[in-house]
Amino acid sequence: MGKIRKVAVVAAALSAALVMAGCGSGTDAGNAESKISIWGGEPQNPLVPGNTTEAYGSKVVRSMFTGLTQYDPATYKSKDAMAEKIDIKEGSKVFDITIKKGWKFHDGTEVKAKNFVDAWNYTAFGPNGQGGASFLQAVDGYDATNAKDSTVKELKGLKVVSDYEFTVTMAKPFAIFPQFLGYVTFSPLPDSFFKDPKAFEAKPIGNGPFKFVSRVPNANIELTRYDEYQGADKPHFKDLDVKVYSSQEAAYTDLVAGNLDYMDTIPSTGLNGDKYKTDLPDRNGEINSPIIQTLQFPTYDERYKSPDLRKAISKAINRPQITEKIFNNARVPLYGWVGPSISGYTDNQCGDNCKYDPAAAKQLLEKSGFKGKIEISTNGDGGHGPWIEAVCNDIKNNLGLDCAFVPVPTFSEVLAKEKAKQMTALFRQGWIADYPSIENFLRQLYETGAGNNYSGYSNPAFDAKLKEADQKPNETEANKAYQEAEKMIANDMPSIPLWFQKTQSGWSPRLSNVRTALWAELDLSTVTVTG
Amino acid sequence: MVRYIIRRLLQLIPVFFGTTFLIYYLVWRLPGDPFAAMCGDRGCPPAYVATMRAKFNMDDPILIQYFKYLGKLVQGDFGTTYQGLSVGKQMAMAYPTTVKLAVIALLIEALIGIAAGMYTGLKGGGFLDNLVLISTLFLISLPVFVTGFVLQIVFGFQLGIIDVTVPPSAPIGSLIAPAFALASLSMAYVTRLTRASILENKRADYVRTAVAKGLKPNRVVGVHLLRNSVIPVLTFLGTDLGALMGGAIVTEGIFNIKGIGNLVYRAIFFKESVTVVGVVTLLVVVYLLMNLLVDLLYAVLDPRIRYE
Repeated sequence: MGKIRKVAVVAAALSAALVMAGCGSGTDAGNAESKISIWGGEPQNPLVPGNTTEAYGSKVVRSMFTGLTQYDPATYKSKDAMAEKIDIKEGSKVFDITIKKGWKFHDGTEVKAKNFVDAWNYTAFGPNGQGGASFLQAVDGYDATNAKDSTVKELKGLKVVSDYEFTVTMAKPFAIFPQFLGYVTFSPLPDSFFKDPKAFEAKPIGNGPFKFVSRVPNANIELTRYDEYQGADKPHFKDLDVKVYSSQEAAYTDLVAGNLDYMDTIPSTGLNGDKYKTDLPDRNGEINSPIIQTLQFPTYDERYKSPDLRKAISKAINRPQITEKIFNNARVPLYGWVGPSISGYTDNQCGDNCKYDPAAAKQLLEKSGFKGKIEISTNGDGGHGPWIEAVCNDIKNNLGLDCAFVPVPTFSEVLAKEKAKQMTALFRQGWIADYPSIENFLRQLYETGAGNNYSGYSNPAFDAKLKEADQKPNETEANKAYQEAEKMIANDMPSIPLWFQKTQSGWSPRLSNVRTALWAELDLSTVTVTG
Repeated sequence: MVRYIIRRLLQLIPVFFGTTFLIYYLVWRLPGDPFAAMCGDRGCPPAYVATMRAKFNMDDPILIQYFKYLGKLVQGDFGTTYQGLSVGKQMAMAYPTTVKLAVIALLIEALIGIAAGMYTGLKGGGFLDNLVLISTLFLISLPVFVTGFVLQIVFGFQLGIIDVTVPPSAPIGSLIAPAFALASLSMAYVTRLTRASILENKRADYVRTAVAKGLKPNRVVGVHLLRNSVIPVLTFLGTDLGALMGGAIVTEGIFNIKGIGNLVYRAIFFKESVTVVGVVTLLVVVYLLMNLLVDLLYAVLDPRIRYE
């Protein structure tokens, strides 16, 4: 059955060579009045931007809303969309944002600064229970507003200056905040939303290139082009049909039969022996995604305290061999803690500590004095068995330690144990960029006490380095400091980088100018359709 | 007869409470917090989890939760899903599709099964009899997903005569192939059951009497033999219809049918007790009514069976 992707948001990088892969006739304008159907899933929350953090809902919400910035599909760089300019003041503490004039919501009302501020306040207000609230946690006053029974309805850090200008004040300087702004949570909401949120949920009104037409739960969501759209990413076709399938296999069958136009994932029936390449000749693509897999140590457990032991295990794993034999090269070895193509990514940050070297690994193990059994745990329903067995074999053969896979039935169970810091074995942690920045990979996973720091890693020098990076005047300098912080993880090895993922996509013969955008989705602004 | 029906209907009440509570309890017992995994790897903010838990009464003790749910249910309110959609509406959309699929499947297995069973039972031995025996054995040994994929690939892709997947409106034409996949196993059982039953009754005293009386062969077979032989088959078909009404997760998955099986599978996956209990309650009632109907049909077919 369709395995629901438990992902925050799939941010997918493109390797430049594949950007225009499958591009048919570059000049073909196609039929501007036709319809495209794309594969989707049932959104897990109502279609309100501030409450949408998982992949299926985001896909729909993103085409209905345009925020202050957008991520360029080819380069991943954040660029202005509704923002006229973003001035950085007071050493990255205050952001003065001016928005473009003349943009309208689908109901005809104008998008003003107030619509952004009201929307963000609504998202952050605890009793509203919005899933995307934590994206606003760096804004001044978040803790007071987001408390469970808060009465402070407005974030202290947000001020409307005029109809087209507002300021955002951070609790502490935060240089890369503009990187966040392209994320769906930061979309504006029309005045009608605040009057009647229930009516809005039934018929969402956005300001993006597509407007809502209808929705049949568990079947499809229909959108149509918004002709007064002011942005640069206007689509070249009219209707968009997001189809919900009971299983990925059924969707793939429809894709091959020509009943579905685009699918941003290929199920294992198509991946086996690269069958999708013959099923969909010249109509498929493959991109590097910044979806990474790591092995985390429960550093709160005495047995795993020694960094030498952690390095020994890292050096005993033959990553290239496993990605080739087990994953048929659908995974690529990762030698750092940041996904590829992300702003701030550099190759081989792990250095010598991730280099396959059984002899050195054995020496490190002896130095650590570790004796006993290694266990690796994760959810048993995710198909992780084969690679964990392979990792275990490497540990057995190269270190002479006994090693076993200990599965936990479901993802939510293992997540609860990881959060409660009750793990006694090594465990898998996958991570997908929420927004394309190195900061997202480091702070969320390794800062002392961070929400997803399941390994319990705590290094004051690392935390200080992150703070230093936050206060840099611009992104380039901030990234440099973040990279220095990443190097510190390599010294302590609370987690072992394993590999990152490749994602495959396929499309029907009707589509031309297909390119796979950020988040592994079809770039709706370039695609054209015949018939 | 009427008293019997009333008694049977009254039995539904304790069964209804028992099953709803049991299912509610089982879903509640599933490990893990349904809202913890709803925001992906990043996890959900505590305020979101708290709001959702309060909305679905999850911080109450299990019994209070159950009675709050039941209170709404008896007023005809099935509640809302975690996405804020009405469970009642979702069921109203999915159920007609499941019923259509179940009825078509039942027709296929009854018509083909009984016809083949009668023919082989009456003629016995010979080439056709062996052919039917072997082909039913073949069908029994095939899991439904194999039959489903084979039908989809051969008739959908290669020959192009059926829809590869079923559109959301589920027109009857597109449901025939999935119904066939769904019915194939039971069809084989029905054939064998009918065949054995007819072979046995063929030598019964009352058939010999009827023949000795000088009745025409058509009447002997059609009225006397068939009417008696079909009782075990009817029991089987009745329970099978009850099972088919419960949805078919595998077949619905292969052909992308938006039926009740798909709905309940998704709900279990997300620990959405409201939907699971709602659907299962409906299924239990349908199943019990089906069984009652079959029991009443016995009396019609066999004069010796009387209900007080």
